[in-house]
Amino acid sequence: MTQVTDIPGRKPDGAWAHLLHVLRENPVTMLSFGMFAFFLLQAFFGAYLVPHDPLATNATNALRPPNWTHWFGTDSLGRDVFSRVVVATRLDLTISVLAVAISFVIGSVLGAIAGYWGGWIDAVLNRVLDTIMAFPLFVLAMGIVAALGNTVENIIYATALINLPFYARLVRAEVNIRREAGFALAARLSGNSHFRTLAFHIFPNALPPMMVQVSLNMGWAILNAAGLSFIGLGVRPPTPEWGIMVAEGANYIISGHWWIALFPGLWLMLAVFTFNLMGDGLRDIVDPRRRT
Amino acid sequence: MLSIRDFAVSFRTRRGEVQAVRGISLDLGSGETLGIVGESGSGKSVTSYALMRILDAGGRIRAGSAVFEGRDLAQAAERDMQAVRGREISMIFQNPRAALNPIRKVGHQLEDVLRRHGRATRANARAKAIEALEAVRIRDAAARYDAYPFELSGGMCQRIVFAIALACGPRLLIADEPTTGLDITTQKAVMDLVRDLTRARGMSSILITHDLGLAAEYSDRLAVMKDGQIVETGPAAVLFADPQHPYTRKLVDATPRRGAGLRDLLPLEARTPLADHLPGDRALVQVRDLVKTYWGKSGPVHAVKGISFTIREGQSVGLVGESGCGKSTTSSMLVRLLDRTSGDILFEGFDIAAIPADRFVRDKRRSQIQMVFQDATDSLNPRHSARQTIADPILRMSGLRGTALQTRIEELATLCGLPLSLLDRFPHQLSGGQKARVGIARAIALDPKFLILDEPTAALDVSIQAVVLNLLADLRARLGMTYLFVSHDLNVVRLLCDHVIVMQGGEIVEQGPAAKVMDTPSHPYTRTLLAAAPEPPTTKMKTTDIAAKSAAE
Amino acid sequence: MAGRTRAIGMRLAQTVPVIIGVIVISFILTRALPGDPAVYFAGAMADAESIQQVREALGLDKPLVMQFFLYVSDLAQGDLGRSISTGQPVLTDLAARLPASLELTLSALVLSCLIAIPLGVLAAVRQGSWVDHLCRVLVTAGVSLPTFFTGILLVYVFYYLLGWAPSPLGRLDFIYFEPPRVTGFYLIDSLIAGDPETFAATLRQLTLPTITLALFTLAPIARMTRAAMLQALSSDYIRTARAAGLSRGKILFSYGLRNALLPVVTTLGMVFSFVLGANVLVEKVFAWPGIGSYAVEALVASDYAAVQGFVLAMALLFVTLNLIIDLSYALIDPRIGFDTK
Repeated sequence: MTQVTDIPGRKPDGAWAHLLHVLRENPVTMLSFGMFAFFLLQAFFGAYLVPHDPLATNATNALRPPNWTHWFGTDSLGRDVFSRVVVATRLDLTISVLAVAISFVIGSVLGAIAGYWGGWIDAVLNRVLDTIMAFPLFVLAMGIVAALGNTVENIIYATALINLPFYARLVRAEVNIRREAGFALAARLSGNSHFRTLAFHIFPNALPPMMVQVSLNMGWAILNAAGLSFIGLGVRPPTPEWGIMVAEGANYIISGHWWIALFPGLWLMLAVFTFNLMGDGLRDIVDPRRRT
Repeated sequence: MLSIRDFAVSFRTRRGEVQAVRGISLDLGSGETLGIVGESGSGKSVTSYALMRILDAGGRIRAGSAVFEGRDLAQAAERDMQAVRGREISMIFQNPRAALNPIRKVGHQLEDVLRRHGRATRANARAKAIEALEAVRIRDAAARYDAYPFELSGGMCQRIVFAIALACGPRLLIADEPTTGLDITTQKAVMDLVRDLTRARGMSSILITHDLGLAAEYSDRLAVMKDGQIVETGPAAVLFADPQHPYTRKLVDATPRRGAGLRDLLPLEARTPLADHLPGDRALVQVRDLVKTYWGKSGPVHAVKGISFTIREGQSVGLVGESGCGKSTTSSMLVRLLDRTSGDILFEGFDIAAIPADRFVRDKRRSQIQMVFQDATDSLNPRHSARQTIADPILRMSGLRGTALQTRIEELATLCGLPLSLLDRFPHQLSGGQKARVGIARAIALDPKFLILDEPTAALDVSIQAVVLNLLADLRARLGMTYLFVSHDLNVVRLLCDHVIVMQGGEIVEQGPAAKVMDTPSHPYTRTLLAAAPEPPTTKMKTTDIAAKSAAE
Repeated sequence: MAGRTRAIGMRLAQTVPVIIGVIVISFILTRALPGDPAVYFAGAMADAESIQQVREALGLDKPLVMQFFLYVSDLAQGDLGRSISTGQPVLTDLAARLPASLELTLSALVLSCLIAIPLGVLAAVRQGSWVDHLCRVLVTAGVSLPTFFTGILLVYVFYYLLGWAPSPLGRLDFIYFEPPRVTGFYLIDSLIAGDPETFAATLRQLTLPTITLALFTLAPIARMTRAAMLQALSSDYIRTARAAGLSRGKILFSYGLRNALLPVVTTLGMVFSFVLGANVLVEKVFAWPGIGSYAVEALVASDYAAVQGFVLAMALLFVTLNLIIDLSYALIDPRIGFDTK
């Protein structure tokens, strides 16, 4: 038999080893995952660990700047800003994760079908997506929440709907590129039906670019929910949520009480920033080409 | 006129410094054509980029000199290089359409270069540009002036790139794989043009290619590169007749040429006897009046216009033609990935064309007709290891599971010469030849009777191609398969096939036994194809080879 | 050329179903609004009978499909209904307030393009340098910043702490009069009227909100310019141009940037979508009398005609804008409409 050059080395990494490798290789990724863990901790355990009750009002203690008892100060009703900010993490994170999950699933399915089969399905989907994207997205979210009512579910649905086109378009393009690729045709030759080829061969290859989009969308979803709350369309007071807290704080900032708006805004910014940074890391984990 | 001494180039990568060129020395005389030949990774293209000082950001010239007409290019300042590039030394590249600015008229691109080097003013730029187009024998030059690259064919684009290169009268032309991706007839036209014009102007040229035959035909001298070093230089005839360096010998042997058999492509020690495989009498595949018409934007496209042929059991049939002739469409229909417009495809007497492509997936004959794809990089799922890739057809179309499955996979890997330790690697961790083997193992996993090979070695280095072609021949003998070998490379087809079908414009222009069609073609198109294929010089066999051959008989 | 005209024609034709969809959706959205409009129109003291009369007058008792056709025929005549809060026709309200929003949006876009495009180009050309890192940080930060928060921060720092910026109370300080209305853009109108003081005052009020919005749009434009420029510069045709000895400037601008601007132009469409949404938030923070704050006030008051009019107007504005962008792209890129080989 003929000689074949062998690349010397160990057995290729399994999934865990690859995850650790990605984290170690890029410090930014490590940082972003660390920050994400920080927020996750707050979301899960925040309510049990905060020093004060986020809803407890105390008129005599209103508008106090940050001090040792109240690390982030108190707001106009005497509530502890720190506790409210930490507890709000759970709500904001839930909204963004659920909204993105819904739009990811539905958008991927629609986009994959349109990208693979083309024809009238593709044409109809494109028109629908065009119509959704014809509205400035925040305006559409406003309209939906206003129409259906100020509840957390509606915010999630509205956010999911306005994010849907991004996934649908992305998946459609990625599936379309790979539809005639050698390995897709080989899968058909190996006895895979169209559905199996699409679901198990083509779609998994679209995942890496989608991971970046997922992380960006999580950031937008939080910004969206906070924005809606800021104009009064989102979560209702006294529920702690970063957007409402900034709105409440906005009234007081001109008179110099900066802490009421700053801290929730800062947390909001950090959360979105974390998600954006995670994008590349997530993609590296999912992309087999990064495995060495 | 060009004297390179101890030239070394390295690249800064994430894994440290990579030596792409490790100290080469060359001389080029006035009016001479030098061919630099090597496989991928040999450093031949890097040498030319470094010479022109257009290396990517991470590359630099580590050592050595390149004296061009008295000036050392390796030390020259960037401003001086800008005067040299395009005016004294020019370059043409592979992939001609991508080499032109897609949103700028070709005439304007010519003008840019002319005006840059002071060969034209704003007033006469257009006239000069048209002159430059006419110099490369483009008809209707004035009309072509206003064209955009996407409106032109590959051959035309290469002429334009050539026109840009010649526009300012350089002394030296570097051609970096100028014919990759072009049809054979276009390739010949372009190379003839390059040779004629460079000779007429007394220019020297450097031809960089992986195609030894092409280099031999169009160069005065050859330099063979491997791993960043030059292993041998000399006139083509001498190199072919009596190669000194073992690598040169390996390359020369591996180049398909008239008079050489399959085994002759391999190094001496690998030349085990080739098992004979005589085709039977029964017809395995019968194609009758096959037609395929597409609906394009400007009317119907007749890809295949009614072709008929028969493939007997055990035969190896070659399907030859240039791009657009319909051979890929035909093979797609035969393997049932595409539905025909009309006509029959009989497989063992049963018309499989009657079953729509979507339903054929579940047909029991699916495993009997398989395909090996052209580009192994594209045909392997990047997310699946080699093991998973080979396992897929077995899982889908047979009941083998567990240990039996793994045994079968390892059996297949060994059959195809793939080391078992590579089975858990992903495609990006495998070399070109290894990926080709995985593709073949997958295709033969369920013992198909009929295997269609769609240019399976087109993307491979010539020495790997030799190995893979021999593997394919051995497998065919061992497993009793029938082949349809689709290719544009006549020399390869000659080696592997006993029957040949030539297609042009959707029709079969000639078919018959390989020896007859290749040696005494009757159709003018076949003759044109054969004439266009570069013919490497004959190799004189060493006495030791002759002795071994007569001992084997 | 025929291919190009065809492509343009098809693009125009595509707009039609989109506009239909937009009208349908905005109709559905506002019919689902809570509250019975008839009650509001009839007034607080109305009894069931007068409410019913109002309902009939407004056509709210008819089946939904009929209401839709009535709605469309009204639209065709330019009738968007009457706002409950202001008592004016919605179209009049919107027309009056649109210039304020447009002035703000366009200023922000121009400012961010002036910064983002050169920044993106520099970052691509000097990969790995401090400019490149600055660009990446700016982009990631810019995408993470909530617009309303940035606005508030800027107000706090530049108005409260430093006293540089005027108080965030709208387009013009109350001691100045509006310039006579020609375009509705105070900057232009004040120049036309020859009133440099008002011009300066307008500019002062415009600064903070414009910067807030511009920070938001800076990020995607810079990111896309950098990416497109990197892609263009690593293309084969740039290598040919270098090998032909063309000067660095020529390669960078005529060959690199021109090709890179194409995807940037397409991004502008998406950016505009975000900016029209962010507009609403910024108008609230700076008490800007544009259509965004109009919509927010209308939502609070359940003024359904106004909300419907707003959503529809924004969508149609956006569709028109995308159409203009796509058409200009088709004119710049000669490959559109052609079957590439």
